[in-house]
Amino acid sequence: MQTHDRKMLVIIGEAALERSLIRDARSFGAHGYTISEVRGGGERGDREARWEADRSIEMKVICDEAVAEKLAQHVLASYAPHYAVTLFTADVGIFRPQKF
Amino acid sequence: MTALDPVVLFFLLGLIARIAKSDLRLPEALYDALAIYLLLAIGLKGGVQLAQQPLATVLPQALAAVALGAAIPLLLFPLLRAKLSRPDAASIAAHYGSVSVVTFAVAASFLAARSIDTESYMPLLVALMEAPGIVVGIVLARAGGGQRIAWGPLAHEVVFGRSVLLLLGGLVIGTLIGPEGSRPIAPLFTDLFKGVLALFLLEMGLVAGGRIGDLRRAGLFLLAFGIAAPVALGALGALVGHAIGLSPGGAALLATLAASASYIAAPTAMRIAVPEANPALSIGVALGITFPFNIFVGIPLYLQYARWIGG
Repeated sequence: MQTHDRKMLVIIGEAALERSLIRDARSFGAHGYTISEVRGGGERGDREARWEADRSIEMKVICDEAVAEKLAQHVLASYAPHYAVTLFTADVGIFRPQKF
Repeated sequence: MTALDPVVLFFLLGLIARIAKSDLRLPEALYDALAIYLLLAIGLKGGVQLAQQPLATVLPQALAAVALGAAIPLLLFPLLRAKLSRPDAASIAAHYGSVSVVTFAVAASFLAARSIDTESYMPLLVALMEAPGIVVGIVLARAGGGQRIAWGPLAHEVVFGRSVLLLLGGLVIGTLIGPEGSRPIAPLFTDLFKGVLALFLLEMGLVAGGRIGDLRRAGLFLLAFGIAAPVALGALGALVGHAIGLSPGGAALLATLAASASYIAAPTAMRIAVPEANPALSIGVALGITFPFNIFVGIPLYLQYARWIGG
């Protein structure tokens, strides 16, 4: 079955950023996103998702390379200096190009 | 000598479990459900009692509570500023200006166990005191900085955040249904309250125990602050309570509110409004020191304050 190349941008960050990230993804041209609650740890301690202020989310956005790049730059500039944020991209193959 | 309070012992159990690195962990969904239950139950109880008196008579007390919540960060900020950056000092001041609903619930059950009466509108004051301290804290963080504050999303976060929404929602529903209408839901929202609070405090023990690492980084200054601030603010709250004509029980509750630090509404709001403040400091001191201090020592002390001032 034929697949089409796209980027998947994965943003892991504090749950407080959820609304802003959704707004940003939409405004930079992403057609959709998926968010799940996660927990983990890093250099500055653990985020165990035990209560409100300790929650983290993982947001996946599948889009073309240009959108992924713009969104990633925005996240790095606006949130990374003060929030716990991790992001990376991966190449993915999708089946319905009109959807992304 | 009164019997030990089970709520306090549940908190201690959680604390010990966490310090001993037990694998005990309450499911997140249960934490959420318990928190929603507690907020609604406190609101409903206040609302049902509020239904029996005219609302306009509590206006002076309501205004005093808002003023107290707004004044606390202004008092704390200069002290914190001696050792901390502006954003950190403002953020911690905001946490103490806002209130901890769970500390209030523990204090209310402590008073109820001793048959000490309190004013029926106290839950209304809890809801009113959530926001003013946060707003003042944000203004302090931004003063002189020239950065614009996006008040719209913040107001939405505070007013429609679940703690204020459920407290006020419960109050309104309780007022509308009155004592008669509340009877069918009383087995859930009244009879089970203390048990649910105990279970919630078990989880709070686990959470508070997890902040101990933060404290090591925060240092001696914040450790001292986390104890001295509630001791002093409790006295201020009891004085204000007495001045606005509250009973000793009501004054003890207002003292508890003044002495408590928010760990739900304030951390979320400050994270959005003042991202450069380090949340490990504010949450570490509010949840790691002041919350346990209030549960074990503060609440009986604030009742004592209220009695000294009232007598």
